[in-house]
Amino acid sequence: MKQGPAGWMVNKLLPVATVVAIIVLLWYVLAVALNWAQVSERLAKESDNPPVSAIVAGTWEMERPVLPAPHQIAAEFSKTVFETRVTAKRSLVYHAGVTASATLLGFALGAVLGIVLAIGIVHLKVLDRSLMPWIIASQTVPILAIAPMIIVVLGNVGLTGLVPKSIISMYLCFFPVAIGMVKGLRSPDPMQLDLMRSYNASAAQILWKLRLPASVPFLFASLKVAVAISLTGAIVGELPTGASAGLGARLLSGSYYGQTVQIWSALFMAAFLGMVLVYSIGGIERLTLGARGQAAGAR
Amino acid sequence: MSDWMATALLVAVTLATWGVMAWLVRLDGKGLGRWLVPALFGAGLLLGWEIVCRGYGIPAVLLPAPSQIWDAFWRSLPVLMADFQQTFLKAVIAGFVLGNLLGFVTALIVDRVPFLQRGLLPLGNMVSAVPIIGVAPIMVMWFGFGWESKTAVIVFMIFFPMLVNALAGLAATDAMSRDLMRSYAAGYWQTLLKLRLPAALPFIFNALKINSTLALIGAIVAEFFGSPISGMGFRISVEVARMNVDVVWATIAVAALAGSLSYGLIALLERHLTSWHASFRATR
Repeated sequence: MKQGPAGWMVNKLLPVATVVAIIVLLWYVLAVALNWAQVSERLAKESDNPPVSAIVAGTWEMERPVLPAPHQIAAEFSKTVFETRVTAKRSLVYHAGVTASATLLGFALGAVLGIVLAIGIVHLKVLDRSLMPWIIASQTVPILAIAPMIIVVLGNVGLTGLVPKSIISMYLCFFPVAIGMVKGLRSPDPMQLDLMRSYNASAAQILWKLRLPASVPFLFASLKVAVAISLTGAIVGELPTGASAGLGARLLSGSYYGQTVQIWSALFMAAFLGMVLVYSIGGIERLTLGARGQAAGAR
Repeated sequence: MSDWMATALLVAVTLATWGVMAWLVRLDGKGLGRWLVPALFGAGLLLGWEIVCRGYGIPAVLLPAPSQIWDAFWRSLPVLMADFQQTFLKAVIAGFVLGNLLGFVTALIVDRVPFLQRGLLPLGNMVSAVPIIGVAPIMVMWFGFGWESKTAVIVFMIFFPMLVNALAGLAATDAMSRDLMRSYAAGYWQTLLKLRLPAALPFIFNALKINSTLALIGAIVAEFFGSPISGMGFRISVEVARMNVDVVWATIAVAALAGSLSYGLIALLERHLTSWHASFRATR
């Protein structure tokens, strides 16, 4: 369906903007409701009968609110992102960078591992029958629960910092890649495989010239899932050790000291980072598939 | 046992397992054979793990052998059961029911208002890129250390998968079937109950399966931020700090068992309720 810029505004932007506006509005109301008790108690000490308007204004300006108002989060966000040096410990960009590097390293390792496993599973029937059920079953296991143990155990061996977090990310994201790639490598239809065989193509040639190109849309669909959970893995990996840097560490220190504004701004940074990662893979997908004349969005 | 003996044993076990599996695959057994190969693989993996741990003398603080984990499991069974009750029976089940219900009801409402649908769906897809688990510290602050805060985290985590899938499911009927319902003079509710909900079931079960794993993860990770003196996440973080890695593995085994059992239960229910669906008919 083709539509002009005006149609795009009405059909896409307007509904989303409305819903976002409603959410922000509800947020302010909720902030008043949740912070009311604390603020009215404090103001009651200062004067006998504090006006309602003062209490409402107070609920949006607390230092440690139960729920900070959106503009407080925005202020903290801009302070820690734009007004602080990127290399400083107080900069949210610095912490996001630490988390992003662990995410990307783990994502790269997990994607390679997943692709290699999928190629093995497609070519060796023994692997297919023995390993594949376990890969599917492992999806039902809360793998993230192992995260603190991996961190501590690797810390005992002397591995700290980036690598243990990346290993958690790798472990989380090789499953969707492996499953998606097995599906993708098997997606050429029997006719095409027969044609390759009638050309006397070797297994390696079939893999390189038919299976791999056919699997690209599936690869990108699973890469998008994988990078999102890779980020979750990196953040959770920063929780148990009392790591000093990274978005997970910001969440944890915020929860220790009751700094809700800090938690929320770290949360928004994590959300932003996740979207940047997923959308950049979506961008690469459109570029590659567009150049090859395949349609994006396979599942 | 010396190193080279362990290596020899390991190679022997690997080759033997592989050989038997290859033989079974060539036989191409139906029924029992389909289960035997993965079972053999699992057994071989456990045996190899045991040999590596004992043969190379790996300290139990790094990686306990399966036999040690088995011992720890039976030794600390009462504690593990209490954790299971706190985390799974209280937080996970309440959160799973509440979150799925909330997502489903929201989907029903949004489905009736196309404007909301166009506004919420892009946001819902966006949320899948967001590490929602980060709300855990906030929920612990709001709802306290008890199971209620874990339930809240789970509700947040599983709401959007259910919403997005249920919306896709409600849109899954074709115009022809809907026209047929209209020609029967069926109202909104009749069409919903008799046509659109059954058609949406495969999508809803997809969300339920995703959410069963998410719920367990949400509860365990939320317990890292604070919990009473029981719970699986609490146990993991405490025993890791005390270097009782075998108890940690036993807890993980319980979590794995609980996760696969609830997944299996949902899959069984799905097979029963959507036996008409193409993905099941094809396997018969």
